[in-house]
Amino acid sequence: MSSQTTQRQENARTGAAGVIDQPDKSTDRLLEEEDRETLLKLFHQMLLIRRFEEKCAESYSLGKIGGFCHLYIGQEAVGVGSISALRPDDYVITSYREHGQAIAKGISPEAVMAELYGKATGCSKGKGGSMHLFDASVNFMGGHAIVGGQIPLATGIAFSSKYRQTDQVTVCYFGEAAVNQGAFHESLNMAQLWKLPCIYLCENNMYGMGTSLQRAMSMDDVATKACAYELAAEFVDGMDVMAMRRATQRAVERARKHSLPTLIEARTYRYMGHSMSDPGKYRTREEIEKYQERDPIKLFRATLEENDLLTEDDVKQLEEQVREQVERAVKFADDSPFPQPEELTTDIYATPLS
Amino acid sequence: MPVITMRDALNDALREELARDESVFLMGEEVAEYQGAYKVTRGLLEEFGAKRIIDSPITELGFAGLGVGAAMAGLRPIIEFMTFNFSILATDQIINSAAKMRYMSGGQFKIPIVFRGPGGSAYQVSSQHSQAIESWYAYFPGLKVVMPSTPADAKGLLKSAIRDDDPVIFIEQERMYGMKGEVPDDNDFTIPLGVADIKREGTDATIVARSLLVPTALKAAEELEKEGISCEVIDPRTIRPLDIETIIKSVMKTNRVIVAEESHPFCGIGAEISAEIHERAFDYLDAPVKRVSGADVPMPYAKNLEQLAIPDVPQLIAAVKEVAYV
Repeated sequence: MSSQTTQRQENARTGAAGVIDQPDKSTDRLLEEEDRETLLKLFHQMLLIRRFEEKCAESYSLGKIGGFCHLYIGQEAVGVGSISALRPDDYVITSYREHGQAIAKGISPEAVMAELYGKATGCSKGKGGSMHLFDASVNFMGGHAIVGGQIPLATGIAFSSKYRQTDQVTVCYFGEAAVNQGAFHESLNMAQLWKLPCIYLCENNMYGMGTSLQRAMSMDDVATKACAYELAAEFVDGMDVMAMRRATQRAVERARKHSLPTLIEARTYRYMGHSMSDPGKYRTREEIEKYQERDPIKLFRATLEENDLLTEDDVKQLEEQVREQVERAVKFADDSPFPQPEELTTDIYATPLS
Repeated sequence: MPVITMRDALNDALREELARDESVFLMGEEVAEYQGAYKVTRGLLEEFGAKRIIDSPITELGFAGLGVGAAMAGLRPIIEFMTFNFSILATDQIINSAAKMRYMSGGQFKIPIVFRGPGGSAYQVSSQHSQAIESWYAYFPGLKVVMPSTPADAKGLLKSAIRDDDPVIFIEQERMYGMKGEVPDDNDFTIPLGVADIKREGTDATIVARSLLVPTALKAAEELEKEGISCEVIDPRTIRPLDIETIIKSVMKTNRVIVAEESHPFCGIGAEISAEIHERAFDYLDAPVKRVSGADVPMPYAKNLEQLAIPDVPQLIAAVKEVAYV
């Protein structure tokens, strides 16, 4: 049992069980095709999200953020790389671990932090909190907190794009544990049946709360499940921001030009607990450290430095810039008012009851 | 005014609203090529095409959620459940997504969607296909719940539901599709949500009834009239928002109330209406509010047992006499 589990864990990490659509691994070539500004923006965003989330952990400990708070640390390359492949009018919808994707899609760190603080200036007016960030102005269609609940919604958003004959693409994020929900299977079936421009992006961080993938799923590879619906699919190294960008670009082209869905499985890892209240006793320190060796920010920094696109001074400057951005977000959240008591009973109906 | 069935009145409402607004589409099991399991969607595929009249796989959670997502992104879906019994599979999307999206996004999204189909008791299909679950949906702020009892109400209310910018649960009584009545054929005929209708005026007792129990209440009132007891019959038509004012006004006049429903009594709409009356008009009551509900049992198959599970005219008459102390 244990050796089998270890082998399954290793297979799951490397994708050894099979690759459906061979990802492009040539980082050097990718760099030649991108301008430095784009690459630095990706690095900046990942760094901003990392520091933002570290600050969230601190604010949560201080009691400034309430409820559940699920941090994205370790998974930054997935959100940043994939969203970088989208147009501003494309849609993003996701789960409750969404602070990073919200920032990458264009919600200001101020509005996100204010929402976490439950303030009136938050992106959901303080009514959604950490798990329900929304911003219609950037087509960020929300964080959704029932595991897998956002997957049929994404399918409907993509349906709408096709119906209205726009060429907007929808990206839907979910964890590997959501794949065991019927919502996932029902959605993939409809998406391929009706040829909907939706990218289903599974962030396989190996754990559904405290239950490892091996204890919850009868097979190791999420992407292979796409075969059941004849959907295009690929495995991606979720620690490699450029691999995420490239894979998403391929899926975007499939969706935008051919109105076809894709399932992407990004292999990633979360360093923190499931939520802030999780002591993480279901895994070892050694396991976490093993994954941290392939930290997405560290990896991308090394790639940029090797290609003479980033210096130590640049990093220092970026760190300083990010520190200021996060401080500004915290100050904004701290200084903002709580919602007025009247807000309790607004926003329930669009057509108010008589 | 033409006399048509409830089925055709609903069909007219769908046809007129589909013609009126390109962003309206209809999705559900067997709605297109099969022409609807109950023929409510007859002819719509031919008239509006496969883009707008869509046969779905048997995947209730999936297509209910697809509808909510489409509503978030600018469309006005009508999602048909072949029966509301199957909506139980879709409750996560109806309750956690449709009902709450506007609130938890701070008012950024409207969800103009109608979930419709037959509900309540059917004929001899036992427990899983014969039940009234309106109290589930009416419980949740963010949803509106509509239950028509006449062909005209069905048409006017469905048109309003489709034009409404909020999620509406529209429950058609399965036994009433063949019921006939006068229905305006005017494209602009609508009935606002949240407005009760006094189906019969009276002075001695008020019967608040909805859906299947409205015709039953009217028959009971007719019988009681012969005995000199004058009943007012009020159909709220919309369960949420509930037009409690019209009910209270009637209670203040008659001082006696029966709440009639085919659903289970426990935690039901009748219990809610009764509580509202006690809170708002206690001093006007000459007798406690009396509920006449469906039996508190899963629906049986055998015809005689099934009849026992649904309130009938004699039960209503007895209840009125009980509160009238005669």
